Formats: sequence, C-alpha cells, structure tokens
Amino acid sequence: MAQVLAETWRVYPEEACGLLLGPAGLGAAGTVGTFRPITNAAASSRIFQLDPMGFMKAERFADDNGLEVVGVMHSHTHTAAYPSATDIAEATKPLVPPSWHWLIVSLGWGFPEMRSFAVDPSRGHFGMNSATGIAEESLLLTD
Amino acid sequence: MSEATATTGTVVVRLPTVLRAQAEGQSTVQVAGTTVREVLASLVSDYPGLGTNILDESGDLRKFVNVYVDDEDIRFLDRLDTPVAADDEVAILPAVAGG
Repeated sequence: MAQVLAETWRVYPEEACGLLLGPAGLGAAGTVGTFRPITNAAASSRIFQLDPMGFMKAERFADDNGLEVVGVMHSHTHTAAYPSATDIAEATKPLVPPSWHWLIVSLGWGFPEMRSFAVDPSRGHFGMNSATGIAEESLLLTD
Repeated sequence: MSEATATTGTVVVRLPTVLRAQAEGQSTVQVAGTTVREVLASLVSDYPGLGTNILDESGDLRKFVNVYVDDEDIRFLDRLDTPVAADDEVAILPAVAGG
C-alpha cells in the first residue's frame, strides 16, 4: 500500500497507474498482491494509459517470480475513488481480463482514499449482484 | 508455463497473460515470418483462438492491441509491414487505460 500511495503522490498532478501482481487464482475477497508502478503514457490528470513497455516489464517480472497480473491501479486526482464512465468502458474491453481487480486511489478530498472494485462484463460495467451495479471488494497489498 | 527460445529462422512472440490460454498456456511461442504481418498470420494459423483477439475481419491489428518488435512500437516503424529478423522478439501487449 505504501508504494501505491508513494506513486500516487510522485506523479501528481497526473494520474498514477500500475499493475497488481499476485499468485494465480486469487479470489475476490482478501486477495494478496504486489504493486508495480507503470508510466502513464497519457501524462494526464484525467486519464491514464499503461505504457506498453512498462506493461511488458511487469509481466516479465511476474513470469520470473511465479506471479501473474491480477489487476490494475490508477488514481483519480480530483474525483472520488469510484469507477468513472471511462473506467467502465475501458475495463470491459477485449484483452482486459474480467477477473482483474481495479484499485482506485483518490486525492480528491485532500487525503488519500483507496478502494478496489471487481468487473462483471456480462453487465457491461463493474457489478456483481449489486443494486448500483458496482461491486466493491477487499484487496490486501503486501508492499 | 513454458517459454520458447528462438530457433534459426523463427521469431519469438511474447504473449500477454490474458492470451496465453489460447496458446496452450505458453508465455512465448516461435513462429515464422519476415514481417509483423506474416508473424501474426503464422501465430493465428498455429493458434486460431488468438485470431479474433489480435486481428479484425480485414486482417488489421485491433486498436486495443500494441505490438512491439524488440522494444520498438510498430506504429512508429512500418506498422504491420515492419520487417522482423530471425531471433527478434515480437511482443503483443493489450492497451489498458481508464480515467
């Protein structure tokens, strides 16, 4: 968690982003992972794009250490730690695994707020048995 | 999962985790080809399950897919006509974004 917050502040006012790595077959609750920061290729305070080379290096690190990519982190510099319309559209694209965890850090209120969400692609957005269509989850980061 | 090393005359293709299931769980595979277009065609021929994920109906690269040849983005080279040499590594990477 410290690395997530450090990266969020390091790149502010741009959105921070990176990949979450963990053992294969993580469940939704109580999951464990490590964070690999990745350059925001968009260099924007409103959107993020994982730099492809950074993505590849993170996957190589995962392969070399018996891990796999289990999610993605990004920050919202001025809005809540909650999936935006852009997040929803991007999370349901092909090649983005529906099993991924979406960790969002908000700096919108002056102090960091961190929340994680799961995607239900059959509903076209973040949602599993939720009246709001958004499914929040517990996520444990080991570093 | 297994990882391929290049043999003479073939190219190593590195696959993202999300596509490995369609390639028998392999993180890298060896295919023939002298351009990115040929390499991807060989890849899809060998592993048909990858086809719709990487290429559209007209055989062009899907817009949410990035392809690098030895750490260079083909969009800044010759795109699908970018030449590849034996023992080059072609990496297929998903475009992940949000806001």
